[in-house]
This record gives sequence, C-alpha cells and structure tokens, in this order.
Amino acid sequence: MNSATDTRVAAAGISRPSAPKIRADQWIMNAISYVWVTFVALLCILPFLLILSGSFTSERAILMEGFKLIPAEVSLEAYRFVFKFPEQILRAYGVTVSLTVLGTALSLFVIAMCSYVLQRPDFKWRNGFSFFFYFTTLFSGGLVPLYILVVNYLKLKDTYWVLLLLPLVNVFYILVMKSFMRSIPAAITESAKIDGAGDFTIFMRLILPLAKPALATIGLFVALGYWNDWFNSLLFISDQRLYELQYYLYKVLGNVEGLKIVAEKSGRPVPDMPGEGLKMALTIVVTGPIIFLYPFIQRYFVKGLTIGAVKG
Amino acid sequence: MKSALMRDLLNYKTMLFMLIPSLFFVILFQYLPMFGLILAFKEYTYGKGILGSAWNGLENFKFFFISGDAWRVTRNTVLYNVAFIAINLVLQVSIAIMLSELRSKWFKKISQSLLFLPYFISWVVVGTIVYNLLNFEHGTINTLLRSLGFEPFNFYSDKGVWPYFLVFFSAWKAVGYGAVFYLAAIMSIDSEMFEAAETDGANIFQRIWHITIPSLKPTMIVLTLLSVGHIFRGDFGLFYNLIGNNGLLFGTTDVIDTFVYRSLVENNEIGMSAAIGFYQSILCFATILLVNGIVRRADKDSALF
Repeated sequence: MNSATDTRVAAAGISRPSAPKIRADQWIMNAISYVWVTFVALLCILPFLLILSGSFTSERAILMEGFKLIPAEVSLEAYRFVFKFPEQILRAYGVTVSLTVLGTALSLFVIAMCSYVLQRPDFKWRNGFSFFFYFTTLFSGGLVPLYILVVNYLKLKDTYWVLLLLPLVNVFYILVMKSFMRSIPAAITESAKIDGAGDFTIFMRLILPLAKPALATIGLFVALGYWNDWFNSLLFISDQRLYELQYYLYKVLGNVEGLKIVAEKSGRPVPDMPGEGLKMALTIVVTGPIIFLYPFIQRYFVKGLTIGAVKG
Repeated sequence: MKSALMRDLLNYKTMLFMLIPSLFFVILFQYLPMFGLILAFKEYTYGKGILGSAWNGLENFKFFFISGDAWRVTRNTVLYNVAFIAINLVLQVSIAIMLSELRSKWFKKISQSLLFLPYFISWVVVGTIVYNLLNFEHGTINTLLRSLGFEPFNFYSDKGVWPYFLVFFSAWKAVGYGAVFYLAAIMSIDSEMFEAAETDGANIFQRIWHITIPSLKPTMIVLTLLSVGHIFRGDFGLFYNLIGNNGLLFGTTDVIDTFVYRSLVENNEIGMSAAIGFYQSILCFATILLVNGIVRRADKDSALF
C-alpha cells in the first residue's frame, strides 16, 4: 500500500519539471526500492504461510480443494495426530537437540583451540599448518571414499558418532576464527607468558573469554548446521531410533515409507491418516524452534558474516 | 640441526597438542578420503579393501563417458551454477543497494528479517514447500489454476519447467544471506564521498553507479570467485530435495552430485561412482587454480591465495 502511494508520488515528481531535481530521483529510487524489496520479502515469507495454512486445514478440505493461503476448513487434526503418537518425533527431537548442543560445544572448543595456535606469531610452523588446513577447501576426496571409509573401515554406519563427528571440524570456521583471534592483542599472550602461564592456560583463561563474540556467531552457524542436517542421516542412518529431525521429515514427505512409520506407531492404517496435513504440520513442528529463535539470533549471524575477509 | 628441531618440538609441545583434535578430524575425514580416490582405478571388493582390490585401469570411467551421462550431468552442473551465480549476484547486490537507500528503519529491519528467513531452514523444508506449491492433486498453484478455470499442470512430469524452479529456490534461499555481505560493504563506504557527489549535483542513480557499485566490486569479485571455484559441484541438498528420484526429470535436473549419490547408494556401483567423483575433484581443483591464476594476474589483492 505504502509503495503504491510512493509510485504515484514518484510519477508526479517526474511530470513536474519545476520540482527540485534531487528530490525527484530520490522519489523514484524510493519507489523502486520499496516495491521491489517488499515484493521479494513477501516471496520469502509466503511459502511459510502456505505451509502454516496447510497444517491447519482439515484433510477433507485439502483432498477436495487443495492447499490454499487461507484454510478452507480450519482443523487441528493434523497436529492432534502428530502429538497423539509423539514417540518418533520426540525421539528425533532428542537426537537433534543433543547433537546440536554437544556438537556445537565440542566443535567450538576444537576450532577455537586450533585457530588460536594457528595465529600465534611466535609459532614458527603456523603457515605450514595453516596451509595443511586450507588445502582441504581447495581439494576434496568427495563422497565415495568418505562413504567407504565411514561404512567399511570405521564401521560407523548407524551410530550416533557419525552424526556428531562428521560435521565437527569445518575448516572455513577455523579460517574465520583465526582472523578474529588476530584482532586480540598479542601482548596479552606475551605478558601472560612472562608471568609463567602455559599456552593452554592462556587459551582457556584469557583468550576464550575475549573471543566470546566470535564464539557466539560461529557457534550459531555450527548449531544451525547440526539442526538442519539430514544428509548424514541419508547416507549413514537406517535405524529409526537415530533419525535426525530433518531426516524424519524427509521420510514422512517421501510418502509411503515414511507414513508407514507413523502408521506402525499409531496402529492406524495409512489411508486413515491425515497424510497431507500431517506433512505440513510436521514441517511446522520441525522448523518451529528456528522460526521463533531466528529474529533474536539474526544479528549475530550478520555480525559473524562480516567478521573479516576469509583469506588463507 | 636435530637439536634445534627437538628444541622447537619441546617449545611448541602444548601448542602442538592443542592442534591435535582438529588435525585428527581433518586427516580422518578430509585427507584419508583424498587417498581413497585411487578407488577410481580399482575394482573394489569389500573383502579385499581399498588397497587390496585389483587395479583395473580406466575401466570405471568407460561407461560414464561412453553412455553420454558424463556430458549430460557436467553440462547441467555447470549451466545451473552459471545461472545461480549470475542471478544471485544481480539480486543480492540490487537488494543490498535498495536496502541501504531506504530511510524507514522499521521497514528495513522487518524486510531484512524476512529476506533472511529462508537461509535458516533446511533443504528438506524447502522440499515440503515445493511439494505444497507444485503437487498435482492439491498443490497451491494447481488449486489456483483450477479456481481460475484452467487445467491443472503436472509439474512433476515436465522436465522443461524445473530449471526455473531450481534457479528460483536457489536465489530464494540465498538472497538475504548474500545481501548481508554487500550491505556491510556499502556501510563501510566513506559517507563524505556521497556528500561530495551530492554537492557536485549528482543524482541518486549517478551516485549509485559511480560510487556504490565500484565500491562493491572487490566484494563481488571475491564472492563470485568462491562460487566459480565450485562450478563443478552441484548443490546436492537443493537438487535432491526438489527432484528426488523422479527419473522423468533427470534430463534437465541431474547434476554430478546426484548422479554420484545414486550410483553409489542405490546402484552400489562403487568403482564408477568413485571414478566420477575423481573426475569432479580434479575439475574443481583445476578450476580454482585457473581462476585464481587469472585474478592474480589482473589484480593481486583480489586473489584468494
């Protein structure tokens, strides 16, 4: 609505040559900006509204009339169904939440420790080691050798370990963390050394507290990675008890097989279930925490992205 | 000489210990698989392991190249990535410039939040969204078409429409995230430059064209280079969650990564999938070196290494 008025104002601006030049172009730019940004922002939110609407629509209405932006017949049956037999969803929540918490803590600790050492000016081999890490961003063995390694050699198929350990060390985060650590004055380390503190003590007592902003932002990226992971489940998990949330949703979305899992747990045959609404409701249940949290954590992401150029 | 090394080792003892966890995981999950690429030249049997399996020359590569699959998936991968890079660049830069020109604080805040939302969800959820929109029986778009009196359209059997959807959702997911980089670069432009331009009578478009866009060039180059370096890698999450195993659509939607995944997990053709992976890794590595070399020659500061 706002933008429509702006367009008219802008049009008026052009047609009146007596208006000051700067203001006319300001208006045009404003009009274009408001219209285009509003349009793209609406496109970004619209799909979520469609899913939300679908999740609150009765199965009958979905089958008769299809998905709509406004539910044709409001109903809670899909949610009731999800929470009536919550065993699988709670289990998947448990897997994902524990992975996110544990994985993020471990990952941050390992990454921060490594980044601190890699930027210590008095560590002669820092460039050699840095390159050793950096090289993995240029060249990779790809999926197949990793798959064979994990499945046939490490025997980690269908274990919690594979979900926890595979995403643990991401070299990009090491590079970002390193450039942040460089901004911590080297004098802090030096003076602590003179006082006789060991490297690990310095890291734990002095550097970690100072690196809190970087830990917060990188931690959010790592946590988001764990929360949204489905790929490692797809590759390595066939045991239902180890399904991550996103993978569980993927299975249910994949129709027959996934709905069968729900059917087994509920004792109701597949055709009796609110299948379509269930898919939408489950999407909301799986995404919910992120949608609620993201307005609060978004600014940390923004900070993290602009923390410094990622250079080797 | 030797004693100097010993002295260093003793000196750095703690720091080396602190590197061990990351080194361990990088060696285990990154470097070991690199050596595992020799699988591409072996006839792998589970019992004999990677090292024990017999060499079979280029046998694994044969079928992939003769069948025409190599050309099809490589072409798809590259063309999609070119489209993603170009469209994402234009969209993200334009959105960032517009956001920076807006005066209304609350509008800026809300729209930026909305734009960022898609970045936070998993590709599986994007899969649900596409299902909700395009499903033949009750998808939103077909519901709309029916209510307007048109025939519903079966998107899942028409491979021609998918390139548009894939490009759309790639842009959709990345727009807010990418705009952040450009917005930050715009914020760091010296505001005196804008004021000087204004005093000299430049209008807003001249200001954007002559000050903002040139100031964004380094950011554009770095981000584009990073994507160009991955031009032979398909975004598995995007393609697999939107297309899945729908063979009808493979002609226009199959990329190297989805092809490798299917050969490996569904058809269990370990030799062939390793060969394709090898081909992809080499292409990626060569591209990165090439791109970086060209940039280095043109402008040393923009090079990645």
